[in-house]
Amino acid sequence: MGNKKSLGGIAGIFLEESQVLQAARKVRESGFIHFDAITPYPVHGMEEACGIKRSGLPYVTFIAGVVGMLAGLGLTYYTSVSDWPLNIGGKPLFSLPAFIPIIFELTILFAALCSVAALFVVCKMPKVDPPTIDKDLTSHKFAIFIPENDVGFSQDRVERLLKDLGANEVKKVAEY
Amino acid sequence: MSEMKRTPLVLGNKTLKEITDDICAPVETIPSKEWVALFLGAKTLFIFYILTIAVVVSTGMGLLGVNSPVAWGTMIITFVFWVGIGHAGTLISAILFLFRQKWRTSVARTAEAMTVFAVMTAGIFPLIHTGRPWLDFWLFPYPNQRGPLWVNFRSPLLWDVFAISTYATVSSVFWFIGMIPDLATLKDRAKNKIRYTIYGVLSMGWKGTAKNWSHYEMLYLILAGLSTPLVLSVHTIVSFDFAVSNLPGWHTTIFPPYFVAGAIFSGFAMVITLMSLVRIGFPKFKDYITIDHMEVMNKIIMMTGLMVGYAYGTEFLVAWYSGNDYERYVFFVSRAFGPYAWSYWTMIFCNVVAPQIFWFRKFRRSIPVMFVVSIFVNIGMWFERFVITVTSLHRDFLPSSWGQYAWSMYDTAILVGSFGMFFTIFLLYLRVFPAISIAEIKPVMNVGKDEGGH
Repeated sequence: MGNKKSLGGIAGIFLEESQVLQAARKVRESGFIHFDAITPYPVHGMEEACGIKRSGLPYVTFIAGVVGMLAGLGLTYYTSVSDWPLNIGGKPLFSLPAFIPIIFELTILFAALCSVAALFVVCKMPKVDPPTIDKDLTSHKFAIFIPENDVGFSQDRVERLLKDLGANEVKKVAEY
Repeated sequence: MSEMKRTPLVLGNKTLKEITDDICAPVETIPSKEWVALFLGAKTLFIFYILTIAVVVSTGMGLLGVNSPVAWGTMIITFVFWVGIGHAGTLISAILFLFRQKWRTSVARTAEAMTVFAVMTAGIFPLIHTGRPWLDFWLFPYPNQRGPLWVNFRSPLLWDVFAISTYATVSSVFWFIGMIPDLATLKDRAKNKIRYTIYGVLSMGWKGTAKNWSHYEMLYLILAGLSTPLVLSVHTIVSFDFAVSNLPGWHTTIFPPYFVAGAIFSGFAMVITLMSLVRIGFPKFKDYITIDHMEVMNKIIMMTGLMVGYAYGTEFLVAWYSGNDYERYVFFVSRAFGPYAWSYWTMIFCNVVAPQIFWFRKFRRSIPVMFVVSIFVNIGMWFERFVITVTSLHRDFLPSSWGQYAWSMYDTAILVGSFGMFFTIFLLYLRVFPAISIAEIKPVMNVGKDEGGH
């Protein structure tokens, strides 16, 4: 559906959390780099097992927060000081302490919404009807998916590896 | 040294599949008679509320009891009441998340939903209170053809516009993001095409790969971190609506922390009210929202109740210590012994006296007792806002301008009707979304069990 074509590959279905964690570690040690683990909930230690780097989302949050802060400052300054200065209760035109709530709220708003947008970008969402390997992967089963373009991919090798690691079921996936 | 044993967060030795089945059941089965009865009642009240609002908007604010000098009435009182209730959800879902309180998991989803719906209910009041709600877009600073005449950023009422709208946006987003993996679960379990399509669209193509989870958990942490100062800022700014004015009874520096403590207090009371009902309506949920969860929340109610009681006392001390005649008059004469003394003592009884029963473990763990106390606290916290708003206004500096609030039947209708709106949305939520986070409960299912743990 997206610009990038979905890839085929082979997936092993596991029934235990500990198995899939072990399998991810072993698959990575076998030299595969593009594989992914699919789990119904975040599994503790999976990032290390798959060699996933720390998420870069906080950088987006920080930059968006700074932009939001400057936007809040700019909005209050432009409207109250520059565009139409009004004397309200003898307060200074640039009443910074009174503007802080506005600046604060806009900082939070920008940071939160941009972080969510960034998640959608990095997870390639939203997508209607994404390919599914197994319907139970969002409930009680786990999977390791190795795409066909991965280093050293061969059907026999991958199938054997996943079987040896305790996969309950190994299946070919047309696109994922 | 003997190790303290943790109490299990999920009762019964459930498998992953059983957890999914249990939590999805209310969404996938025909609703019970009790749910239908509650929904019909709530929906009728909601329709009544819409009609009341239509009458008030078309006829005018004069139908309500607001007048001079009591220019703020039911609308503002009930607005603060509902916004306050909204605070417990974010406290549970964000602050307790940052403090790594694992028990929060079972109640976070529903408490967060309560927050979103309470803020929705609250948001209507100031919009109607403006008197001409069709001009409410004037509240936002947009380039216009009147100059452009901008909004007054020095006014606490405008800070409130920004605080409430930001809070409503961020807490809805936080709630929805938390639901995406569970919506994917519901999509994958769908037995028919319509259900598959609806939950497919809502889950936005969530796959649950390790890379996705890594980003997702980071986002959850970020949103929790952003929501924490946000939730504290919202009721602080609501309290500024009062505290920034010069009126004795409003003009106090204690207001921000006092309002935030009161908000958490009333919010937890509402969580207890709702959870007691959810436990009755969906008996399976008793394994997830256990009596231990309820007890912890009762402890928070007792603690925040004591904080609120302490704030009531501080107000008297500061009024006396200030040496200001008007301050002393408002607290020592008109509030505690004036024409609205009954509301003041109702508030004291409901908020300070009633929760003291939770000193006893037996009562902390009794559903009927906590349900009754939570209702008392809800009533008491509504009266707290009534006391703050009305008793400060009805006796101001000049005796010639003193007056009473002219409570009318429309005030009652608006107040009661708002519960219809809240409960209608809440009951629909229970049928449409998983009321407990499926993906979050699974990692903590072994806490407190012998075979589990790392």
